[in-house]
Amino acid sequence: MLTVSIYRYNPETDSAPYMQDVQVDTGGKDLMVLDVLELLKGQDESIAYRRSCREGVCGSDGMNMNGKNGLACITPLSETVKKNKLVLRPLPGLPVVRDLVVDMSIFYKQYEKIKPYLINDNPAPAIERLQSPEEREKLDGLYECILCACCSTACPSFWWNPDKFIGPSGLLQAYRFLADSRDDATQERLAELDDPFSVFRCRGIMNCVSVCPKGLNPTRAIGHIREMLIQRAT
Amino acid sequence: MVTNVTSFGRSGLADWVVQRVSAVILAAYTLFLVFWFLQQADVQYTQWVALFESTGMRIFSLLALLSLVAHAWVGVWTITTDYLTPLSLGKAATAVRFVVQCACMVALFVYLVWGIDILWGN
Repeated sequence: MLTVSIYRYNPETDSAPYMQDVQVDTGGKDLMVLDVLELLKGQDESIAYRRSCREGVCGSDGMNMNGKNGLACITPLSETVKKNKLVLRPLPGLPVVRDLVVDMSIFYKQYEKIKPYLINDNPAPAIERLQSPEEREKLDGLYECILCACCSTACPSFWWNPDKFIGPSGLLQAYRFLADSRDDATQERLAELDDPFSVFRCRGIMNCVSVCPKGLNPTRAIGHIREMLIQRAT
Repeated sequence: MVTNVTSFGRSGLADWVVQRVSAVILAAYTLFLVFWFLQQADVQYTQWVALFESTGMRIFSLLALLSLVAHAWVGVWTITTDYLTPLSLGKAATAVRFVVQCACMVALFVYLVWGIDILWGN
């Protein structure tokens, strides 16, 4: 039997959040954390969490498992359980809507700020804007982000200033468009980032890198943005 | 773009560059003093005064002092904007943060003038 300690909070009935300990029979199998949540849901259908694709593509079930953010659907118990105990909490730093469901508005707001779309005022060519294989290669390690928020909610700078610091996820995306050969707005994008908060609140502690379920490296992308800002200003 | 008027250089990049360059200068000054102490068999007041008699040492010291002030301002400003926020202090945050920032700025100014006085005063 596995002991699961799960964060419970229903703002309509609870005055404060609390941890609930539940025993789960995993049948000795190395289940994914999401499977355990499904078993729990079978026992108590009031447990709330987000999920969709259950294969690490949609990014819905980001949560804090035994102290580390990740996607429940692709985290096997063997990777996270210690002393037969699994502690499940919502992503840290965001307001809790209910149980493991958080309000991600401010996270999306930061994403919106970096204008996550190609800006190009030149007339569109007849077929499509072409890239060389080398130019396309620059987007590898950037475009794969699924916006699960595991990285940004693992970042103390984002916890302290979620309204001002764009956060690792948004900055990875910012660099994805700065690096894109088809985008024309590089200077405007950089001008928007040159304040003491948006990029420079990153202290390079690399929590984002250690939790990213897709194995991406936001710290490196932030370093590239910093290099571009230095090139532009010195 | 987040606007602010109390950071050291008004721009994130400027603060970042100042923080890095001042750190290198402070490290060089510290290493220099450590080696100087190791070289002296017995440090007395006379050796200490002799060291600071030279213009080069005074310039280096003033450089280190300016670096310290700039470095401290960037660092303290960052700490105040991280921890003295509405998340931790509620409505009083802006007033508290501004007062702490002003107090630190005044203190750093006093240290700077005091340091220059020690180096070049009578």
